Amino acid sequence: MRHVYLVTLFVAALLVSILGLRGVAFTSPPLDVFPEWAFPGMKYQPKFRPQSSSEFFADGRADRMPPANTVMRGMLAEDDHLFRGKDAAGAWVKTFPAAIAVDRQLLERGRDRYTIYCQVCHGAAGDGNGITLRYGMGSLTTNGNYHTDRLRNMTEGELFNTITNGSVSKVMLPYADKLEPADRWAVVAYIRALQRAHQGTAADVTDAAARQTLGIQ
Amino acid sequence: MSKLFPKSVNKLPLQIIVYLGVLVGIATAGVTYYMTPKYTRVGYAPVQPVPFSHAKHVQEVGLDCRYCHSNVDKSGHSNVPTAQTCMNCHSVVKATSPLLAPVRESYEKGTPVPWVWIHTTPDYAYFNHSIHVNRGVSCVECHGKVNEMDTVRHAQPLSMAFCIECHRNPENRIRDPKDVFNLDSKTLAEQGRQKDAQEFLHNWKVKAPESCSGCHR
Repeated sequence: MRHVYLVTLFVAALLVSILGLRGVAFTSPPLDVFPEWAFPGMKYQPKFRPQSSSEFFADGRADRMPPANTVMRGMLAEDDHLFRGKDAAGAWVKTFPAAIAVDRQLLERGRDRYTIYCQVCHGAAGDGNGITLRYGMGSLTTNGNYHTDRLRNMTEGELFNTITNGSVSKVMLPYADKLEPADRWAVVAYIRALQRAHQGTAADVTDAAARQTLGIQ
Repeated sequence: MSKLFPKSVNKLPLQIIVYLGVLVGIATAGVTYYMTPKYTRVGYAPVQPVPFSHAKHVQEVGLDCRYCHSNVDKSGHSNVPTAQTCMNCHSVVKATSPLLAPVRESYEKGTPVPWVWIHTTPDYAYFNHSIHVNRGVSCVECHGKVNEMDTVRHAQPLSMAFCIECHRNPENRIRDPKDVFNLDSKTLAEQGRQKDAQEFLHNWKVKAPESCSGCHR
């Protein structure tokens, strides 16, 4: 009987040494405890999930692009001002669309989105001093800097268009997939705020507490 | 009649029963330890087509999670970024690196980069990213400290027990909404702000479903 226990112990030790312990890093696909052949259609159901693959379509993707010349329900972007930054004559607009209220809330949203998507290159102050500068992308004298006459005079519509379709120089790629039109207008508003702040003087600080903090007499 | 069996055989039935008991014990221990996601999934760190380091991009470059996973706060599915997202910087930074060849190919031809999916829910369970991150549940709760990972590793079991544990006591896992994407931040409970956590759950009407149909819909 002692031998039986010894053999059992040996087999158990062997299994543990093969299977290893919990939490050890491994690269092979995880084991299915309830395999597909025994429980079909549960874990892997005949449906497509976002960004998954499909053998049915030639490009191997389950996600499909809308067919050409079609518009998704509720996605007809008719308003040129709101969706393209242009007026009826096709010129860049110099104002914000009527649907966008320029208020504190919009600026805060703009700051939030700017910090995520723009600050990397344009820097927190909008002067082009982003982290990418350290990796050889951009420079303080090029278009990354908002505090130049060219960008101060750029219309709201053109700023909006640059976010939507990327820069003319093609260094900045489109951000339309990351920022919805309303968010793009929020970022435009925040860019304007950054430009205004850059031109600010001591006289612009009206808040008494802020004046004290900044040491303004 | 001579003795056919030695006297020790009398104990054999009892010994067999005891041995079977031991075997069942070993099998139970083995199933408990090995047949759960704590063993099968935790530690999964597949080799990706591009050796992308989250640690470098978050800690060194300072990217927000949403720069790449841009739909996580808007959609149920947290998207893997498009090749264009990579090219926003890598069209200039390390533009000729052979390690980035799959990304450049994807950007030029429109074919997907064959990223290996690590964290996934089975098809019979519903999970929505946006509702979690918009209600104070940080990425780190389910994905671990991705900001410190050079190679992404499955950190939590993501089993039903794991989900339910938090759904029963969400106040222990809630963060200040502005800390959700800061993976080094502390939960309100860890900061000793249990009262704020309770208030947050009430004000934001956080009612984490505990019924079957909440997730198995």
